[in-house]
Amino acid sequence: MGKYFDMLAEDVRLHEGLKACMNCGVCTAVCPAAEFYNYDPRQIVAIVQTRDDDEIERLLKGNAIWYCGECMSCRPRCPRGNTPGYVIQALRTLSQRLGFFVESEKGRQQLALKRMIGDNILATGYCLTPRNIRPELHPEQGAVWEWIYDNHEDVYGRFTETYLKEGAGALRRMDSESMKEIHRIFEVSGGKQFFDTIEQHSERKAREMGYDGATEEYMLETYTYNSENHY
Amino acid sequence: MRRASWQEYQKDIASDKYYYARSCIRQNFFPGSERAFLDILHNDLGIDVFDDPLHTSCTGIGYHSDVVPLETIMTVVARQFALMAEAGYENFISSCITSFGIYNEVLATWEEFPETEERTRKYLKEATGRELVKPRSIAHTSDIMFHHRQAIARKAKLRLVNRHTGEPLKVVEHIGCHYAKIFPKSGIGGSEFPYVLAGMIEAWGGDVVDYPERRHCCGFGFRNYLVQANRGSSVANSHKKLESMAPYKPDFIVANCPGCAMFLDKWQYAIAEMEGMTYGADGRGIPVLTYEEMAGLVLGYDPWELGMQMHQVDVEPLLDKMGVEYSPEAKYLGAGGKYIGKPADVAVNCFDQRRIYEIKR
Repeated sequence: MGKYFDMLAEDVRLHEGLKACMNCGVCTAVCPAAEFYNYDPRQIVAIVQTRDDDEIERLLKGNAIWYCGECMSCRPRCPRGNTPGYVIQALRTLSQRLGFFVESEKGRQQLALKRMIGDNILATGYCLTPRNIRPELHPEQGAVWEWIYDNHEDVYGRFTETYLKEGAGALRRMDSESMKEIHRIFEVSGGKQFFDTIEQHSERKAREMGYDGATEEYMLETYTYNSENHY
Repeated sequence: MRRASWQEYQKDIASDKYYYARSCIRQNFFPGSERAFLDILHNDLGIDVFDDPLHTSCTGIGYHSDVVPLETIMTVVARQFALMAEAGYENFISSCITSFGIYNEVLATWEEFPETEERTRKYLKEATGRELVKPRSIAHTSDIMFHHRQAIARKAKLRLVNRHTGEPLKVVEHIGCHYAKIFPKSGIGGSEFPYVLAGMIEAWGGDVVDYPERRHCCGFGFRNYLVQANRGSSVANSHKKLESMAPYKPDFIVANCPGCAMFLDKWQYAIAEMEGMTYGADGRGIPVLTYEEMAGLVLGYDPWELGMQMHQVDVEPLLDKMGVEYSPEAKYLGAGGKYIGKPADVAVNCFDQRRIYEIKR
């Protein structure tokens, strides 16, 4: 009893996010995710507060902890000064460290996020770059985005002289020394190891699900599949 | 009056000598605003802003997608602060709301859990050889624009007024959640009555629209948009806001978060395509501006040099209301001044409902 809670308690966000919750439900009332998902941050915090290993393990392996959008609308409204969003962050981190995230549809999406955002940081120094917002994966971006994407050098060139080039300015290419520093930061602070953990557990789960490993096909499946059982 | 409570949430904002940290989302979707911010400060207000070619992303989108660990983002942030100090600056400003929340969160974490600061210093030294120096002040670029709003008003060539009626334009202001919901004291006006955009709108002649879902999230929700399977949640939240604001007939929306500005623009497109529904009083979409675009129009900047052709919802109806002079032909020119073709017609820019359905067919 309390093993998982003790692991969560190693995360400073749990200390900051959960003192003693009185279960008033204000967080759920104001939560944009709770509005459209079958999601109740009040209940999540209540479960964590019980310190019950079985219940917390169910959370770590389930979909519920992945519905939150981390907008932190819960934080200023909680009358006890808790932050359910921080509790969610601690749960998600532990779920990935233990490899439990691959047991839920929403959790498995972490592979897509690691490859699309995480790998892009290590490749470019940015979370997002225009070339990885591909219109076929982003139909909601509309006709103007397609026009920008197709004419990217002309469109961006109007606003920045350093588009894809080194130097100061928007959308500049990162210099190699800065990129080396970012890589070293990810190495010494555990970022790369965390990425590897996501890959390893995804690889195991993909094979279990009949894929030939955590291939592009498996990653795209996690990115696009919606069972419609979340509302 | 509770509405006056914004005055209880004030913070010291430096007046000059800023170290500028760029935003990933903003430079992708609003590179004209990135440039306009620097131009307005340098050229119109004579202020020193350092645009450092060495800083990287804060990695905040990765952090809030839960793939970048806290220890890693703290070290990346420490590097940004080290670069600021090495460049001789101490007032750190960020053009991204996610980053702004991150910088405040990291500083607060170091304060409350000093062992995390010690660990970060060690990681930074080991990884880069650099020394962490904390900034004297942290501000978002909308704070800076707010701080100088009266100076901008004095140089205004246009006001936020409908030139046909003489009435103030009705403006919906949308504040990014991480501006003040994480640390209410870090934002002008706090989280309940943020005044950072309302102050600009009022100073430049417009009227602020108060509507029920004014403080609701735009719907970004990081993984709730970034993963295609989750985007229903993102659009549903934008939809809720748009439904709530539409009866007040806003002339435009202004946001201080680049993500929010992009989503409120793009989801109007998607809703029009999916449902044939538009939210502007004229039957089109409601234009969505960044605060630099709003400031730039007030100061007489060319809308296409501000990058407003990169919006999905056309801004021309707003430009006409304000009396902005612009060349329709210049909208779709590339870097060398040559015409590069134009995007396809879409329902959100069509005021005629019959035509919307023709486009959809």
